[in-house]
Amino acid sequence: MNWGSPAEFFAMGGYALYVWGSFGVCAIALIMEPILVGKRRSEVLRSLRRAALADQLEDEGNKAG
Amino acid sequence: MKENKLIHWFKYASPQSFYPLAGKMIPWFWALTAVFGLSGLWLSFFVAPTDAVQGDGYRIIFIHVPASWMSMFIYIVMACWAGLGLALNTRLSGMMAQALAPTGALMAFLSLWTGAFWGKPMWGTWWVWDARLTSELILFFLYLGFIALQAAIDDARRADKAGAILALVGVVNVPIIYFSVKWWNTLHQGSSVSLNKSPTMAATMLWGMLLMALCFWMYSIAVALMRVRAIILERETHTEWIKDLAEVKQ
Repeated sequence: MNWGSPAEFFAMGGYALYVWGSFGVCAIALIMEPILVGKRRSEVLRSLRRAALADQLEDEGNKAG
Repeated sequence: MKENKLIHWFKYASPQSFYPLAGKMIPWFWALTAVFGLSGLWLSFFVAPTDAVQGDGYRIIFIHVPASWMSMFIYIVMACWAGLGLALNTRLSGMMAQALAPTGALMAFLSLWTGAFWGKPMWGTWWVWDARLTSELILFFLYLGFIALQAAIDDARRADKAGAILALVGVVNVPIIYFSVKWWNTLHQGSSVSLNKSPTMAATMLWGMLLMALCFWMYSIAVALMRVRAIILERETHTEWIKDLAEVKQ
């Protein structure tokens, strides 16, 4: 074990800014990317469902008319 | 007859059969990402000892090297898909190349970012126009160029072809990055594993780095598969099989 206390861990031997600046940005990037891809997917699915509903309504309208 | 055989061979080259396959693979790659990531982080912070020369600042290596490796590796894979698409005219290849580009760009960005945060305390500067750093920056721009070029062309198949040519020409940059530390006198260190001379220390550092590299690798596959599924939905909007998907019908 390298660290005597949590404070020592977060201080990173004086390199806190550099170590946490690297790991922090990495963590944010790797969490954000799948979230954005998920958003992209749900947007496509929403428009696909809308198109399907429009087709369905059109069919029903044709039958009624 | 010949056509039937081709269809059989390229079964998973069709978006229709690849879409559900990718969906089944994604959770497994996320699970592997978590396993490698947690064990890699544990080794990086709690097992690997403080470096004799660089103190705890060297721990940036555990993400810097994996991100740099992935930025180069993803580019090669992307160019292979792009080349395959040009040669065989398969629909899925262009989609795969397009799905990989943003993740590759992100890895190149992280490589540059973590490199700057490592360079500042160790070299005294965030950035130098050194062969290794500059060629990695060019790789980042190649990814951005590929993404921008594809976005600028409305017809998806033509966008794939134009992007493929850019991707293939850009491959020349990857060996330049890799060998830059040998070909030129650079500030960047040659080998990443020889940071510490003691073999036992090098072993835990090496394992931490390899586990983190595996984590980044699995992450890249998982997120690229997610993106390719979204791209398939976007591009195949008007096909019958998409209309029959459970997630569309609900």
